[in-house]
Amino acid sequence: MSSISNTASDHAAEIDRHVRIYITVFVALMVLTIVTVAISYLHLSVPVAVTVALLVATVKGSLVACYFMHLISEKKLIYAVLALTAAFFVALLALPIFTHSNGFWIPEPPSPNPTEVQSAPAASPHR
Amino acid sequence: MDIPYTVEVRRDTGLTNGKIGIWLFLASEVMLFGALFASYILIRVGAPSWPRGDTILNVPLATFNTIVLILSSVTMVMAWASLMRRRFGTYRIYMGATILLGFVFLVVKYFEYSDKFGHHLYPSTNNFLAIYFTLTGLHMLHVAGGMAVNAYFWGPGAKLWKTNPEWFTNRVEHSGLFWHFVDLVWIFLFPTLYLL
Repeated sequence: MSSISNTASDHAAEIDRHVRIYITVFVALMVLTIVTVAISYLHLSVPVAVTVALLVATVKGSLVACYFMHLISEKKLIYAVLALTAAFFVALLALPIFTHSNGFWIPEPPSPNPTEVQSAPAASPHR
Repeated sequence: MDIPYTVEVRRDTGLTNGKIGIWLFLASEVMLFGALFASYILIRVGAPSWPRGDTILNVPLATFNTIVLILSSVTMVMAWASLMRRRFGTYRIYMGATILLGFVFLVVKYFEYSDKFGHHLYPSTNNFLAIYFTLTGLHMLHVAGGMAVNAYFWGPGAKLWKTNPEWFTNRVEHSGLFWHFVDLVWIFLFPTLYLL
């Protein structure tokens, strides 16, 4: 993005094209912000509201990343760095799901036996 | 000794060192905010009940701040585009507007925080407010940091434009990447904290 074009007029036309894209993206982000707030007034169930809100946020975030941050025309090394980051980010967000008591990896802790609980103080009176 | 590959790209990566540097930094930032988002999910899923953000927080103010931050992203990218067109005066206007919009964002947050403290709502009050103040507080620090860098490139750092305009343009682009990242984080924070 930072390389200078061959001729001044070509270069200016290219930047003008970019500016038009920035304005279009700005309008799209404004509309999507209104959509985000409007959806919250529908009082959807929590799972549906979370899904829709994060879907709209992802579209908005993608627009910012692709056009304002120029990710749509970046070099392969940047994509490789971001792919690795995305993999670790997903793993990080998945951790709470897996560590939750009803998750896949950690079994539900056994319910305490009332008899054992009652007899515990007698077994260790000085604790 | 001159810093290498500030303007010319490295043959092996096809990028300047500054561009790689800022993206690696942003990758670490993704993990920082990712850890806090993961904590938010863990706390929320484990809580017997969780309040809707709009019952405690001020949605109109946060919506206004969202618009302010998106607008500041546009002015930031226009500042860079102005430098690409060799229009330094226009750059100064757009960069100044970006700094000003960042300031507006912080002022609105100040009023939001003051209102919460006025109603005796602190991070120690409950888990919702703890995660709200942690996430928005860290985000505010990033806004302030980005403003400081932008102010440097608006003021004393702009001297580089006279001696090496390409390098200065690249520096503003990298500063812009950080600013857009701050905007991107808010785009996810806003619905997560205020609307769900």
